[in-house]
Amino acid sequence: MSAHNSQAVERYRNDFLREVEERVEEGQWVKMCMQCGVCAGSCPFGPHWQHSPQKLFMMIRAGKRQEVLSSDSMWMCTSCYNCVVRCPRQLPITHIMHGLASYAHRLGLAPKSQPTREFATMFWNNLAKKGRVNELKLTLALYFKDGLVSGIKTALGMQSIGLGMVKAKRLNPMEILGGHGLKDLKGFHAIIAKAREIEDKKKGLVS
Amino acid sequence: MAKKEYAFYPGCSSQLKASASNYLTSVNSMCKTLDVKLTEIPDWNCCGASIGYAEGGELPRIAINARNFALAETHLPGQDIVATCAACWLGARESKDRLDENSVLMKETNEALAAAGLHYKAEVKVRHMVEVLIEDFGYDELKKPVKKPLEGVKFAGYVGCQTNRPFGIAGESFENPKYLDKMVETLGGEPVESYDQKVTCCGGALAFSEPDKSQKQIRDIVESAYDHGAEMIVTPCPLCQANVEVYQSEINKKQGTKFNMPVLYYSQLMSVAYGGSMKDAGLDGQLIRATRLEEIAKK
Ligand code: SF4
Ligand code: SF4
Ligand code: SF4
Ligand code: SF4
Repeated sequence: MSAHNSQAVERYRNDFLREVEERVEEGQWVKMCMQCGVCAGSCPFGPHWQHSPQKLFMMIRAGKRQEVLSSDSMWMCTSCYNCVVRCPRQLPITHIMHGLASYAHRLGLAPKSQPTREFATMFWNNLAKKGRVNELKLTLALYFKDGLVSGIKTALGMQSIGLGMVKAKRLNPMEILGGHGLKDLKGFHAIIAKAREIEDKKKGLVS
Repeated sequence: MAKKEYAFYPGCSSQLKASASNYLTSVNSMCKTLDVKLTEIPDWNCCGASIGYAEGGELPRIAINARNFALAETHLPGQDIVATCAACWLGARESKDRLDENSVLMKETNEALAAAGLHYKAEVKVRHMVEVLIEDFGYDELKKPVKKPLEGVKFAGYVGCQTNRPFGIAGESFENPKYLDKMVETLGGEPVESYDQKVTCCGGALAFSEPDKSQKQIRDIVESAYDHGAEMIVTPCPLCQANVEVYQSEINKKQGTKFNMPVLYYSQLMSVAYGGSMKDAGLDGQLIRATRLEEIAKK
C-alpha cells in the first residue's frame, strides 16, 4: 500500500464520501446525484464501462472505496460532456470522473498499465517539460511504451500515416531535437510547482 | 468595417509543422480577408487539455491556464482571447469560469502565478473563433467577401463534442447545432442537413490509448457522411479533424471499408470561397486530398 493510501485510510476510516468530497475534484457534488440514470446511457464507450457514472456515485455513498478507486471505468471517459448537459442535477460528471481517476492514480490504486492512464501521464509530462506539447515525442513515447519490439511493430504499422503527416507538413521530424518551447520555462515550472504544493497541502496529501 | 483585434491562443496543434498547422494557415488567410488582426499571446503555454487530468491535478491545470490570461491582460489589454482549438477553448474557459466563481481558487491561483511574477485580474474574455465569426461578424457579413461560391459541393457538418458541450455556441442546441450548416450555405455550398453523427464523440484523446473503441466511433461518423451523400466533412475542431481523417486508412485496413472522405476546417472552406489559393487554404496539408475544393481554388 502506498504511503498516501494508508494515510488516507487512516484519516477517513469508513467515510469514503467525505474523502471524495474533500480530495476529489468537484467531489462535493456527488451527494447531489438523485440516481436517475440519465448519465449511464451517455458515454460513447458505454459498453466498456463496468460501472457507469451513476453506479460509481452510488458506490461512493455505499463506501465501496477499493472497488471505486481500482475501477477501470472512469478511465473510459472521453470528456465528451454528453452527461453534463443532460444531468437534471447539473453535476459536473466529466470532472468527477477525471477527479476520481486522478486521485486513484495518485494513491497508486488505479489499474496497472491502463492505457489511458499511461497516455494521460505521458501527455502531462510532455507538456510540463517544455510548456507545449511535442507531438512527435508524444507519439514515439506512446509507440514505445511497451518496449522496443512492440514499439517498432506499432510504429511500422502506423508508418504510412506518420510519413503522410510529415509530407503534409503536419508532423515535424526535427522535433526530436527540441521543438516548440517557452521562453520563460523557469516561471512556468515555478507556477506548476507552487500550484501543486498548495493543492497537496490543502488535500492533506503531503508525504 | 474597422479592423478587429484579438489576443490569439493558437494551441500546440496549430503551431508550425504540428498536426493542425493547415488550420492555422487557413485561419490566417480567412482573417486577412475579414480584416482581423490576431496577435499571439506572447509565450503562451499549452492548456493541459482534458486528458492532462490524471497527472496534472486541479490547481496546476487551472494555474497554467491563468498564466495565459495574465500574459494576455498584460501584453494585449482589452482584447478578447480567441482560441481555434476546441479543447484549448474549453480548458481555458472552464478554468476562467471556476476562477470567477471561486475566490479561494482565485487566491491560490494568484499565489502560484506570483512564482513567475504574474497576476491574473479576471478581466479577460475567452472565446472560440467560431463565436467571433458568428457574433462579431454574422452570416451576412461573412457572405460579402465570397468570390468563388462552393457550388454543388455537399458537406457534412461534424461539430463533435467540445465546441458543442458544455458551453456551445449561443443560440444553438446541443443535439442539433446548425452553425456549420449555415456557414456552408453562406459560402455557397450544400449542407447535408440530415447528417446524423453531427455531435457524436470521436473518442478524443482516447483515439491514442483506446484505438479500437475510438475507431468504432470514427467509422460511424464517416459512414453516416457517405450514407447521406456528403462529399466532404467539415469541422471546427483540430482533434476531430485529425482523428476522423487520419484513421480512415487504418479502418480500411482492418475492416475492409473503402473510406476516402476529405475532412476540412470551416476556415479552409472560407479561405477558398474568399478566393484564396490551395496553399492559402492549407489544402496541401490534407492526407486525403479535397480534390473538388482544389479545383475551385484553381479556378
Ligand atoms: S444524470 Fe445526474 S442525477 Fe442522474 S444519475 Fe447521473 S449524475 Fe445522478
Ligand atoms: S464526459 Fe465522460 S462520463 Fe460524461 S458521458 Fe462523456 S464519457 Fe461519459
Ligand atoms: S488543447 Fe491541445 S492543442 Fe490546445 S493547447 Fe491544449 S494541448 Fe495544446
Ligand atoms: S469530437 Fe472528438 S476531438 Fe472533437 S471535441 Fe469531441 S472528443 Fe474532441
